[in-house]
Amino acid sequence: MHNPIARTMLAGVGAIVALMLAGLLMPKWLLFLSTMAISHGMVSMGIVLLMRSGVVSFGQGFVFAAGGYAAALLARHAGVNDAVTLTLGGGLAAALLALPFAPLLSRYRGIFFAMLTLAISMVLYGILVKSETMGGSDGFNVSRPTLLGAEISAESANFALYAVAVVLVGVLATASRIYGDSVRGLVSLAIRENELRVEYLGVSVSQAIAVNFVFAAFLGGIGGALTVLAQGHIEPNFSYWTTSGEFVFVAILAGHHSMLAVFLASFVVEVVRSFSNLYFPNTWQLAMGLFLLIVIRFLPRGLGSLWMDRLAARRARKEVRA
Amino acid sequence: MSSALLSARGLMKSFGAVTAADEVSIDVPVGQRVSLIGSNGAGKTTFVNMVTGYLKPDAGSITLDGRDITRLGPRQISRLGVARSFQIPQLALDMTALDNMLVAAACNQGALSFWQPAHSPQRRERAMALLARFDLADHAERRVSELPGGVRKLLDIAMALAGQPKLLLLDEPTSGVSVEEKFPMMDTITEALATEQVTVLFVEHDMDIVTRYADRVIAFYSGRVIADDPPDAVLADEQVQRYVTGSARQGG
Amino acid sequence: MLALTILIDGVVYASWLFIVALGLTLVFGVLKILNIAHGSFYAVGAYAAASFVAWFATLGLAPAWSPVAMLLAAVAVAAVLAPLTERGLLRVFYGRDEVLLVLVTYALFLILEDVTKLVWGPTPYYVSEPYMLFGNVEFGTLSYVGYDFMLIVVAVLCGLAVWWGLNRTRVGKIVLAVIHSDEIASSMGVNVSRIYTFAFMFGIFLAALAGALTAPMVSVQPGLSVGVVIVSFAVVIIGGLGSIEGAAIGALIVGLARALAVHTWPEAELFSIYVAMAIVLVFRPEGLFQRIQARKI
Repeated sequence: MHNPIARTMLAGVGAIVALMLAGLLMPKWLLFLSTMAISHGMVSMGIVLLMRSGVVSFGQGFVFAAGGYAAALLARHAGVNDAVTLTLGGGLAAALLALPFAPLLSRYRGIFFAMLTLAISMVLYGILVKSETMGGSDGFNVSRPTLLGAEISAESANFALYAVAVVLVGVLATASRIYGDSVRGLVSLAIRENELRVEYLGVSVSQAIAVNFVFAAFLGGIGGALTVLAQGHIEPNFSYWTTSGEFVFVAILAGHHSMLAVFLASFVVEVVRSFSNLYFPNTWQLAMGLFLLIVIRFLPRGLGSLWMDRLAARRARKEVRA
Repeated sequence: MSSALLSARGLMKSFGAVTAADEVSIDVPVGQRVSLIGSNGAGKTTFVNMVTGYLKPDAGSITLDGRDITRLGPRQISRLGVARSFQIPQLALDMTALDNMLVAAACNQGALSFWQPAHSPQRRERAMALLARFDLADHAERRVSELPGGVRKLLDIAMALAGQPKLLLLDEPTSGVSVEEKFPMMDTITEALATEQVTVLFVEHDMDIVTRYADRVIAFYSGRVIADDPPDAVLADEQVQRYVTGSARQGG
Repeated sequence: MLALTILIDGVVYASWLFIVALGLTLVFGVLKILNIAHGSFYAVGAYAAASFVAWFATLGLAPAWSPVAMLLAAVAVAAVLAPLTERGLLRVFYGRDEVLLVLVTYALFLILEDVTKLVWGPTPYYVSEPYMLFGNVEFGTLSYVGYDFMLIVVAVLCGLAVWWGLNRTRVGKIVLAVIHSDEIASSMGVNVSRIYTFAFMFGIFLAALAGALTAPMVSVQPGLSVGVVIVSFAVVIIGGLGSIEGAAIGALIVGLARALAVHTWPEAELFSIYVAMAIVLVFRPEGLFQRIQARKI
């Protein structure tokens, strides 16, 4: 019988290969769209991680902006040009910035956790807008990065960044899946359902949430850095509450059971946003709102539940027979 | 008494005008089965809550195996070998019974792994064995939200035992359980406890259960201990009959 | 003089905040729903006020009538949107997880953003006539527009009216019972769903009124709701969800904090609110006037 971790890793590698191949066939606009879907999906993946321990963060814009500005500043002032380094640097910076807040935030739940995370992101927004050195409310541009030493031509820029995104998401989604299937992952789910019981079993719920918060920050930072490299621009809006809201939207749409669902949901949202911006400029939020209502009403466990529930039932039947 | 596993001294606790604990002093030796009785609000659950760290007494002390646990929280007390079940079963409703047991077993096995699969064969085997001890194996793959109340109660207790505690506190183990199931359930529990030297305190309203399964009965009234003897003596006590068993139960 | 400026600015802003936050905290107190779309109803109120004031002008009525137009606008918004929202939408999701309900209101916020754009268009509206109606007020060298002080009066009136309504009328006492526990109230024979509808309508009215009152002070355009949502949330969280005194104190804290920032450290203006909120939450995790219900185990 296959080792489940090996199986997950294999799936991850398979996903990377499949996406790379698909990317070779994609037109530039689709490559860009997919890169955006992946980088935004990363942030939502972090939110899902937190949702799996029972809290919803309405302030992931904080880590999204932190990662983005870190990458942008490294590129502009520290002469770092490599896309991979910049992205990882963004993730690390976001995680470090979130670290001091983690123990404090992990003492709150429900709406208060959400509001405190939101407050932190809005404070960062306020600082960024008023900060002239960081470009103020306009932000600033970031030039095209290099990739592992090699220059990226204008022609292949879209694919290069897409490739970076695909590899990163493959690795990180696999890691997240392994974490989700781990002992800690199961305990996190139990915390979500009944943290009192988990506390009584001798586990520190606050510590578990704090750890998840830092992981989510790392993912959010990666997402922010990737977005900046793909867009070539960073601005304070990355930390605004409506940006955070969009990430939560995708997380809710996807549900907290499947990593794949997060990126599917993110892709759907990107597509709807791009097309309605193009053809029906005043209706994309309307469409999103209605879509969200339908999902909440009929699929309260998210899109992922469409296939995860059936997978779980099938696995259960297999175990019982074994 | 230094041989006592659990020792409470002069516990005091009030909620506004209500006295929930009034100079409560109790020593419980290892291996004893103690039943706590009293009408609602008499102070039994408050005592359990103080021992398990959910509440802090206003005054007095609690010692476990010689160690002062008065100011400790539920988590630390649990790590010292105290487990409890709840009046309203505290379970992860959206997860299966097996998943719940996997969590209970894992929490008591030291550091939680960031990558080792929760559903590994060894962990599953151990969790299934723990479930089987309470005849719960058939329910393993069912979601707790689909399980009947009596089964949930058993699961709640089974999870408390997953960590092989020294001291087990059961809060009304047979409440909400049908009359036909009460005795089999308590038989199952005592059987599971027989192999280990677990000290048990259980809060109970059903005097048949008390008589049959307790070595010692402590009766509460208005936060005070009004009787502390083997079951027959306590149930014959005049005060106990007046305040606990005889008169119609007041309140809800 | 600086202190006086900060105080007056703070109280004026606090008055506006209070009117906005009062409806939000009331809706939470009664229905236990944290309504993200509260800011949207505020925006609709502003737009409606612009339309009503313009309509009054076309009817040939003097500018002195414009406050009536604004009041009518708020009433109209509440009368039309509240039943639709509460009965048509929220009711479908009652009894579900509280976070889920918040997300439903978030979806509503998104929908209303575009609906207002579709109804009123993206270009800004200006409703300046009412702003000059109350003349100017002098404080030594400081000169303020009378309209701002009118806001203070309205805020105090709203607060007193709500307090009196809840504590001194029969309906109010029923509402208080529902706030305390809708289960108990229902078992005592209260038509809880009618109270829900009534409370929601009143909450929307207050949101729309705040919007209507603001219309003369700003350019009414898309995006009006976005800033209001978070600011009103901050006030309500600080004061304690469901508490009216909390909304008043919270509004004062936020108003004064912002005025202090604007006049002494302008860079901090945008985030002074959130710092204030974070500080309060550190010391009082459920807000100033908390109502913690211990969990029964």
